[in-house]
Amino acid sequence: MNSVFVYIEIEDGQVAEVSMELLTKGRALATELKVKLEAIAIGYKLDGIEKDIFPYGVDILHIADDKRLAPYTTLPHTSIVVKLFQEEKPQIALMGASSVGRDLGPRVSSALHSGLTADCTSLVIGDHEDKKADKVYENLLYQIRPAFGGNIIATIINPDCRPQMATVREGVMKKEILDPAYKGKINKLDVSKYTTDLDFVVEMIERHMEKSKVNIKGAGIIVAGGYGVGSKENFNLLFELAEVLGGEVGASRAAVDSGYVSHDRQIGQTGTTVRPKLYIACGISGQIQHRAGMEESAQIIAINTDPEAPINSIADYVITGDVAEILPKMIKFYKANTK
Amino acid sequence: MKGYKIIVLAKQVPDTRNVGKDAMKADGTVNRAALPAIFNPEDLNALEQALRIKDQFPGTTITLLTMGPGRAAEIIREGLFRGADDGILLTDRAFAGSDTLATSYAIAQTLKKHGNYDIIIAGRQAIDGDTAQVGPQVAEKLGIPQITYAEEIQAIEKGKVTVKRRLERGVEVVKCPMPLVVTVNSSAPDCRARNAKLIMKYKHAKTISEMQEANDDYLHLYSDRPYLTIKEWTVQNIEADMNELGLTGSPTKVKKVDNVVLQSKGAKVITSSDEDMDQLMRELIESHTIG
Repeated sequence: MNSVFVYIEIEDGQVAEVSMELLTKGRALATELKVKLEAIAIGYKLDGIEKDIFPYGVDILHIADDKRLAPYTTLPHTSIVVKLFQEEKPQIALMGASSVGRDLGPRVSSALHSGLTADCTSLVIGDHEDKKADKVYENLLYQIRPAFGGNIIATIINPDCRPQMATVREGVMKKEILDPAYKGKINKLDVSKYTTDLDFVVEMIERHMEKSKVNIKGAGIIVAGGYGVGSKENFNLLFELAEVLGGEVGASRAAVDSGYVSHDRQIGQTGTTVRPKLYIACGISGQIQHRAGMEESAQIIAINTDPEAPINSIADYVITGDVAEILPKMIKFYKANTK
Repeated sequence: MKGYKIIVLAKQVPDTRNVGKDAMKADGTVNRAALPAIFNPEDLNALEQALRIKDQFPGTTITLLTMGPGRAAEIIREGLFRGADDGILLTDRAFAGSDTLATSYAIAQTLKKHGNYDIIIAGRQAIDGDTAQVGPQVAEKLGIPQITYAEEIQAIEKGKVTVKRRLERGVEVVKCPMPLVVTVNSSAPDCRARNAKLIMKYKHAKTISEMQEANDDYLHLYSDRPYLTIKEWTVQNIEADMNELGLTGSPTKVKKVDNVVLQSKGAKVITSSDEDMDQLMRELIESHTIG
């Protein structure tokens, strides 16, 4: 039976967080389908990388190791993945919805004429009956994502084309080692057979990568603001409350698009997914894309002038009122009740 | 200086950022008519990058290509008002239901027919789908390189384009031979405003279908001023394989669409009074949620 495949993203010689999350999901899907989990790592000086990959339950790891393959560029990585998929014919292929995966995924899907669903929030196996064609498809990948401004949740399938491809953002799936001693097989690819000189026409002139200074994913308390916060200045109140509570500031897409805070603070389907113990949503209406990124928070406080705001339905505490009035009070009474 | 031939790919999208309460019909489906149709924001960033090349290299021409229903001609006019030279509206019922792959096939087929391009520039993604797939898929189908997440086209020399990319965790500067596809982020400069002279020049620009519905008083304009005719292409013009188009040509199918149903968790509703705020902070401290 055809495998489940995960494209391993390499950052500074390390396996990216999102790839470990996808390996965990890929293992679960492979086990349910009773097939192998395979992975492809493309880069340079990858010796020993398998130690960080096999424990997630990978049965076969394909490695393409060549100086010209790091850092990532579109064309050679596409050529290798496309050729390998043509040989191995996976039924499912997963990639991170990162700036690498979102560059590579569509190019690979176009070359293979296979469907690709971006930014999935859930992946499950299920059947599909095509009544018109009187045909039943078993064990398809349901690719589930909010769509159309978050007003609907769509379940997408690829009935006929393989692989069924999906990208998933970092933080959406949970990372879990299957067995630290799990042993898979390594298949080293002859890079010259998978690429041509034409794949290397793009030159890298400069490259500066930095670890994000903002760590909303790891924060236990998040004070997040939306469009309703009203201004960049009002966001200072959120920073103040976050500092007092020892948390981080997050934001909805509307707040980021309005320029109130930087993009690395965006929470939601197209931002980061968070699971803090306390989430304070300030002036956030709570469209499904935003909720997709925070609804697993242990406790949610919603502060909104609109008593009907969708965010209220998932909140533990609802405060109807003005953020500019309420946050200073929270700071004041927090300080009064702690030493 | 002969300039460059630039194609800007643009899409008219429903403004999903301003979804009002009437945006959903009673049956849970989306009421597209209730949403304003706008020029996809990152496609405007893409147009600005094209206009900057035109500023720098006289003789450069910008053709705006969009696929959509008849009213999508609006964004071609919008592009002409800001400095594009001409436009193509790709419109046909056969395109209905296209996913990103069928869309990129139709666009790539149009570009093959049109030919004559050095740089194809598009927004990174459209706000109604956020997939960021059509740019790279068009590049693949044309067999040319792609530079995604572009923030600035910095230079063009000796047949190569230097592009600064803004990624999630950093910046890259890459150099790529033409022709190529560049997709532009919202972190790139905003598009310049409409130009009053260009509005005067192009306000009657129309597609054939629009002319047929238009007031006869202006019809003489189109024979005198060919630049007022917006090209309107259908499946016939691009010699497309019907099996690659629309629903048939789309590997992905929508199995089902669920309306978002909210079931209240039964939240504690509190006021912003001092007593309630004090009580809230006490509860959070006692439960060790904070503190």
